[in-house]
Amino acid sequence: MTGVLASLGALLPAPGELLGIVLLSLVVSGVAIVISMLVGVPVGIFLGLHRFPGRAFLVTLVNTGMGLPPVVVGLGVFLLLARSGPLGGLDLLYTPGAMVLAQVVIATPLVVGITLAAIQGLDERLHLQILSLGASRTQLYLKLVKEARLSLVAALAAGFGSIISEVGAVMMVGGNIRGQTRVMTTAIVLETRQGEFASAIVLGVVLLALALGINWLFTWVQQRKPA
Amino acid sequence: MSLVALRGVEVVRDGKTILSLDGLALREGELLALLGPTGAGKSTLLRVLHLLDRPAAGVIEWRGVPVAWPAPIDLRRRIAMAFQDPLLFSGTTLENVLYGLSVRGVPRSAAREKAEEALRLLRVDHLSHRRARTLSGGEAQRTALARALVLRPELLLLDEPFAALDAPIRRHLLEELTQVVKAHGITCVYVTHEQGEAFSVADRIAVLRRGQLLQAGAPEDVLLRPASRAVARFMQTGNVLAGVVSRRTEALSEVVVGERLLFSRTVLAKGTPVDACVRREEILVEPPAGGAPAPGLNRFPGAVESVVDHGATLHVRIDAGFPAGPLQALVTRRVAHDLALRPGHPVEATFSASSVHLIPREGSPDDDLS
Repeated sequence: MTGVLASLGALLPAPGELLGIVLLSLVVSGVAIVISMLVGVPVGIFLGLHRFPGRAFLVTLVNTGMGLPPVVVGLGVFLLLARSGPLGGLDLLYTPGAMVLAQVVIATPLVVGITLAAIQGLDERLHLQILSLGASRTQLYLKLVKEARLSLVAALAAGFGSIISEVGAVMMVGGNIRGQTRVMTTAIVLETRQGEFASAIVLGVVLLALALGINWLFTWVQQRKPA
Repeated sequence: MSLVALRGVEVVRDGKTILSLDGLALREGELLALLGPTGAGKSTLLRVLHLLDRPAAGVIEWRGVPVAWPAPIDLRRRIAMAFQDPLLFSGTTLENVLYGLSVRGVPRSAAREKAEEALRLLRVDHLSHRRARTLSGGEAQRTALARALVLRPELLLLDEPFAALDAPIRRHLLEELTQVVKAHGITCVYVTHEQGEAFSVADRIAVLRRGQLLQAGAPEDVLLRPASRAVARFMQTGNVLAGVVSRRTEALSEVVVGERLLFSRTVLAKGTPVDACVRREEILVEPPAGGAPAPGLNRFPGAVESVVDHGATLHVRIDAGFPAGPLQALVTRRVAHDLALRPGHPVEATFSASSVHLIPREGSPDDDLS
């Protein structure tokens, strides 16, 4: 057993480097999903509650955005942040900030779309009932979030799952720079290209284990019996 | 002074006017029952009264002061509403009742005390720690009412709150609710399809149709003195006969209906076209006696056309030669048995002049509720 573990250890990047890769993956995707939830949940609630001209077009955009190819997102964010691009002055390209931005663009439509479906799935008179009990607009939104929390955990899981496992966009805007922007998915690509299949497989297993652990946590939150 | 008054209020949706009220005022502490067929605009009216929908035109006054838009939240918080579906939130019964207090910033301990009191009032205090969504229909509706009443609203709006419950539970809850509302002096608007319910609790009854208020008045007025043919039909008067006043005395009008002559205590000018309303239960069905009726008494010989059994009462249609069709009468089971009522059986339909309410006719006689 000890021998097997020693062999596996030999296949991996140095422990410090591996930890850095794992932490950066979690931080980039964690920050991105928090931003996506903060933006996407209110937008989803708004679209779910209100009828206005152009709403159908916005919903179509959201639905399309739910299936955006990450490479296309990467290209768009790259052009935005490139030196000659509109946000070139921010000097964000090839930084974790650029990777967060790309992942926010990927995850937000998913969060909006699932939130919208969750709000539309609630009894449409529920928001009237909440308002009739004296809630302000903000209190109404908070209550609806509470009532739709099971679906919102699904939005969180779907959004996080889509970005932690994404490679195209972070590769393009992060550049896979060792010690700076290398995350698990880009590290797997690199190891595979260099013919280090065993190392790529071990990184893949670590990624899967992380995804499993985080989704187990989401599922526990979602499925536990309410008070 | 009235608590709320609507003046010239119009609500427009998708380019169509769905509510148009010249005026409606709610008196402090009164219980107004709102009746009307499906699509009459009852729920829209409740939303307007709750200051949730801004009317396209008109003014809403709260204690004589016009409401500014968007309606201030502290004003909206003087009103509470309960729906046909209890629409309980996730969490416990107690948490549901606490919600309205928590959004008002009532301290937790004081809120809990009030919530427990409201649960006791509605007799669901023993369920305070149960998950709200596991409650039975009656328990859930009691919780929904406790959730509204705990706010001590000045105006309580109830949108058919008991429609989904069985009749005995409904009657019981309605009785309890009325007691609570009256004891606390809460002004209440109660929307219902059940006319019996409306009459058992209401101080006044309002009839709405196609977004317009047809009549608002004391229950007896709406029932016995409908303001229009449409109200008469909706209140199941049974007999609405188009005629013309042919003679007027100090206390009586004579009305020609086809070849028949009716007496009525409603005194109108000679030549006035009218709808003569006679409630089904006011008609006495008797064996043919012959002879002239007493002065002012309406008596018409005829034959039973059909008998429909409703259990304790029977609905009898009598062909008495009126152009609009047979007279409709409601008789007890015993009367039907004693008279051996069946189609073709000769009878006499008798009713007093005070049973005949005349409505001056303006619109088409076919302008019924639909």
